[in-house]
Amino acid sequence: MKIGVLALQGAFIEHMKMLQRLGVTAVDVRLPEQLDGLDGLIIPGGESTSIGKLARTYGLMEPLRTLAQEKALWGTCAGMILMAKEISSGSAGKDQPLLGIMDIVVERNAFGRQVDSFEVDLDVPALNNGYVKPFPAVFIRAPRLLGVKGTAKVLATLPDGTAVAAQQGKWLVTSFHPELTGDGRFHAYFLKLAEGNS
Amino acid sequence: MSENGKSPNGPAEVASFKVKVGLAQMLKGGVIMDVVTPEQAVIAEEAGACAVMALERVPADIRVYGGVARMSDPGLIKEIMAAVTIPVMAKARIGHFVEAQILEAIGVDYVDESEVLTPADEEHHINKHNFKIPFVCGCRNLGEALRRIGEGAAMIRTKGEAGTGDVVEAVRHARTVLGEIRRLQLMPDEELMTYAKNIGAPYHLVKETKELGRLPVVNFAAGGIATPADAALMMQIGVDGVFVGSGIFKSGDPAHRARAIVEATTHFNNPEILARVSENLGEPMVGRTVSSLAEGEQLAGRGW
Repeated sequence: MKIGVLALQGAFIEHMKMLQRLGVTAVDVRLPEQLDGLDGLIIPGGESTSIGKLARTYGLMEPLRTLAQEKALWGTCAGMILMAKEISSGSAGKDQPLLGIMDIVVERNAFGRQVDSFEVDLDVPALNNGYVKPFPAVFIRAPRLLGVKGTAKVLATLPDGTAVAAQQGKWLVTSFHPELTGDGRFHAYFLKLAEGNS
Repeated sequence: MSENGKSPNGPAEVASFKVKVGLAQMLKGGVIMDVVTPEQAVIAEEAGACAVMALERVPADIRVYGGVARMSDPGLIKEIMAAVTIPVMAKARIGHFVEAQILEAIGVDYVDESEVLTPADEEHHINKHNFKIPFVCGCRNLGEALRRIGEGAAMIRTKGEAGTGDVVEAVRHARTVLGEIRRLQLMPDEELMTYAKNIGAPYHLVKETKELGRLPVVNFAAGGIATPADAALMMQIGVDGVFVGSGIFKSGDPAHRARAIVEATTHFNNPEILARVSENLGEPMVGRTVSSLAEGEQLAGRGW
């Protein structure tokens, strides 16, 4: 299986290392032709304005939307912002290009500035394989889900009810960064979604 | 209870070293730009900067004005924070932990304990473990980098020579650090303690660096980067991203040059793209060769 990681800016190497650890070929994607032959794609954390503008300048917006029609797509943090159909008013960066793929409403920088970034052990029922093992979730200037619509469903919430992970068919979004932990279960979960169509 | 003793959905931990390093990981592959006004910050964000460094004077002007260079006015930093949605960094003097406390109080995303400002302490750096906000520090070699990480820095930048537009020192410092790491990887473990002693670095960080084959935190290049080619050069040498100080807003067409440097940092291995983005950029910053600086004018020697 071959999974692409959008490598315009941000923590793409961490995703590639995790994929390689799980025995998958990981490809860094900077140009549209590098999307050919992929079984799925991860949009990493980084600055959503930087990634969005570079994606637009290098003609990646339409090819990414086309890819999403057939293949699995996962956005972590900035990637979640780019995949959303709607960003809550006032929280988007100026002139923020959006792919508008998933039926979710996202608030950017929803927990505050860096001083408010945090780690928490999160219960993610979809990852529990017969026994409960919380997932180490790292939130960095993170966005949150204000709403999920259509067929999208919430996968994980914080104790106060804030939604921080969701799935819609073969599309996945997380406010937090599984690639910064040693825990490969979210990547394995994504690979199962990608396998379904390879 | 989970195997690590914490219950699922248990209490959140803020300001851990992991979240401090984590923000730097999100900045990788990007360009951090010096800005002196909210308007410049907006231009930087629109060009695709992954963060801005808010300050009163860029290093080239600090050289011209002379005198004591201090932390910028918190009012100006707050205006810049309000103008953009990307992370905002600000500089404190080496050893001036009260300037850092003030920057933490106004909520900047990263503090740069910087040799570009006049040092407040000629023997000690800030104990960065005491802070909730993360710090970036400069270095010229591996020992200096690991001392700063030992003090709590969550991000390192090679110093270069700020405010010159001459990339030669940035290259020297990045090659020194990366070369020392390559040699360290070949060293047998019994040599590590003496090596740690010789370079003045904490033993456990020397050992960790050998095991990782890289610094334990993100490493950007800084000091003298003025063109898209300079940025791509530093990326090909092996740093994680670049700071551009005076190089953008001291040039003829800052918005255009800022975009070009962002694109060059992403496509650093693609000479066709580098050629295209380098075209018709207008006047670069004038610059001063590092070799023409008097010894007292060199900033990189500050740091202990």
